Amino acid sequence: MVVGLRFDAPALSGGVSNQELERRLLEMGFVEGARVEIVHEGLIGRDPIAVRLDDMRVAMRRREARCVLTRPGQAE
Amino acid sequence: MNIAVGPIDHASVASIPALRVALVGNPNSGKTALFNALTGARQKVANYAGVTVERKEGRLVTADGQAVVVVDLPGTYSLRARSPDEVVTRDAVLGRLAGETPPDVVICVADATNLRLVLRLALELRAVGRPVVLALNMIDIAERQGLAIDMEGLSRALGMPVLGTVATRKRGIEALVEAARAASVSIVRGTGDVWREPSAADLRALHHQAEQILKATVKPPKRPDTWTGRVDDVLLHPVAGLAILLVLLFVMFQAVFIGAKPIMDLISGGFSALSAGVAHVLPPGLLKSLICDGIIAGVGSVVVFLPQIAILFLFIILLEDVGYMARAAFLMDRLMGSAGLHGRAFIPLLSSFACAIPGIMATRVIDQRRDRLTTIMVAPLMTCSARIPVYTLIISAFIPGRTVFGFISLQGLVFFGLYAAGIVSALLVAAVMRRLFWRGASEPFLMELPAYKMPDALNVARGVCQRAEIFLKRAGTIILSMMILVWFLASVPSPPAGAVGAAINYSFAGLIGHFIQPVMAPLGFSWQMAVALIPGMAAREVAVGALATVYAVSGEGTSTLGASLAHHWSLASAMAFLAWYVFAPQCASTLAVVKRETNSWRWPIIMFSYMTALAYTAAFIVYQSAVALGAG
Repeated sequence: MVVGLRFDAPALSGGVSNQELERRLLEMGFVEGARVEIVHEGLIGRDPIAVRLDDMRVAMRRREARCVLTRPGQAE
Repeated sequence: MNIAVGPIDHASVASIPALRVALVGNPNSGKTALFNALTGARQKVANYAGVTVERKEGRLVTADGQAVVVVDLPGTYSLRARSPDEVVTRDAVLGRLAGETPPDVVICVADATNLRLVLRLALELRAVGRPVVLALNMIDIAERQGLAIDMEGLSRALGMPVLGTVATRKRGIEALVEAARAASVSIVRGTGDVWREPSAADLRALHHQAEQILKATVKPPKRPDTWTGRVDDVLLHPVAGLAILLVLLFVMFQAVFIGAKPIMDLISGGFSALSAGVAHVLPPGLLKSLICDGIIAGVGSVVVFLPQIAILFLFIILLEDVGYMARAAFLMDRLMGSAGLHGRAFIPLLSSFACAIPGIMATRVIDQRRDRLTTIMVAPLMTCSARIPVYTLIISAFIPGRTVFGFISLQGLVFFGLYAAGIVSALLVAAVMRRLFWRGASEPFLMELPAYKMPDALNVARGVCQRAEIFLKRAGTIILSMMILVWFLASVPSPPAGAVGAAINYSFAGLIGHFIQPVMAPLGFSWQMAVALIPGMAAREVAVGALATVYAVSGEGTSTLGASLAHHWSLASAMAFLAWYVFAPQCASTLAVVKRETNSWRWPIIMFSYMTALAYTAAFIVYQSAVALGAG
């Protein structure tokens, strides 16, 4: 389960500011309380990853995924 | 939603201004299918004034005579535009787009099985103040999954009419139009310009509001779609997935080469017959030469490649509609990333296989300027369909039509190799560019993987036809005029009385060819080959027409072009010509589009210089090695 978004590293994603990245993650549905689970990993460095986010699937790189804080959620 | 239906005064109907409807929705919501269902064949594809975002407009007339103009806006997750495409969507909705009449109604198109994100977009759209109607598209799939949607509750919570549609079966289309019409008069129109960019806190609040609405009105599916997950286990498998992608691309190019053959033979036969028929009627002279050797032979040699372009687009559109394109971007992201490209660059680069121009225009989905520029600069290295005529001509003339390993066509294999050479050089150039011009991390890679869907035959067919039409228009305008110019260069001035040898030797084309030939000699290019490169500036495939003209007017019009080339060129020269064409810098329209997209002459100049250097070097190496190996 997503518990928050964290942006501790400066300019984590190159040209995109942390505020911008936060909004993009939110727009994709990475909002506090969303259920998230890694379902696929790429060949090289297990990157990028595909996650199940509530009832949709999203592909992302690990660099961005690191900004999403999660904790094991209880099954509904 | 009471619609007064009564006797209609036809005189007044004509004076009612057309209702303007804009379609807005998430990517993969079936928005384009709905657009097709609404407007049928009455569509116009153009560009927005001043920008190169594709503008799709269609018209329909309701049963009672109301004209409706529908505009299909680029897909987006929010009005907070991040790319030029999304800027168009936002400005069109807000009525800020110069030269565009603001829409009377916005139809928000949603995938009924995937409502979470689109409800937030619907709330954002409502805040703008224009009437909004929510279309729950693919409602049949939602019903099949046992998804219970309380449409009235949803409509109350969102404050907008909500209707179910099935675009591919034309279900709910009329009701949607009526609802849009009713909304345009019953809902008080705001100024349409009260929008401000939402902050992260606003987004969270909107998302929670959408979540509440979703929880109250939609019961989770009884039979959720499990096979998208199961198919992904295979197609996104780190090893099997990549292998399948490669096989798919290989099959695609074999199909382009082999599958199109019979129709191509038919077309080329047709043009030969036409030319012979016209030659029979016309008196000998300059006019006959212009029509037969210039126009018919030239245009025919380009139109013959229509089947291959159609097959290529058939594959691209099918893969897109099935939902595989996003998977391909996922699989390729790491490889592209190592060359400094964004995973999203995969789709523009794949489109560049058809033509670099739509490919370069499609780079607008990449928000970051540096990532976009890198993609633009390497897009012309992807083998565009305009090179297919050149490749096909030379491969069929010089590579024997036998099979290797029992089932792989050798010609298809060479074809595949040329494509591979283009891809590898694109990756290398991208990596070098990032080192040379800028360093730093790239854009975040964040992309929805849509559920797999059965493609709709009619929508796919419409897409292929639209692309074919664009190609034919090009053949009918720029290529036709170039063909006439080439014919002129190749036929004027006429040889002096008593001259020996081919007439073209004495023409302007001959002069130019002879002039640049010394520079091209180390590549094994004859002056005819040098001549053919010049009209290739207009479009790469024109080189084939130019060769046809050059050799047809050289006094060997009876033999087919391929046989004629096999007779005149050495294998080494032919290979060098192919190597030159892997890079083929001389496409003026590509350079013009790069100028427009980057808004500076700097990038097209860099592009032309580096591609010419690569083309020259590659052709030089290939020719010299082939001669050393005895193929000269």
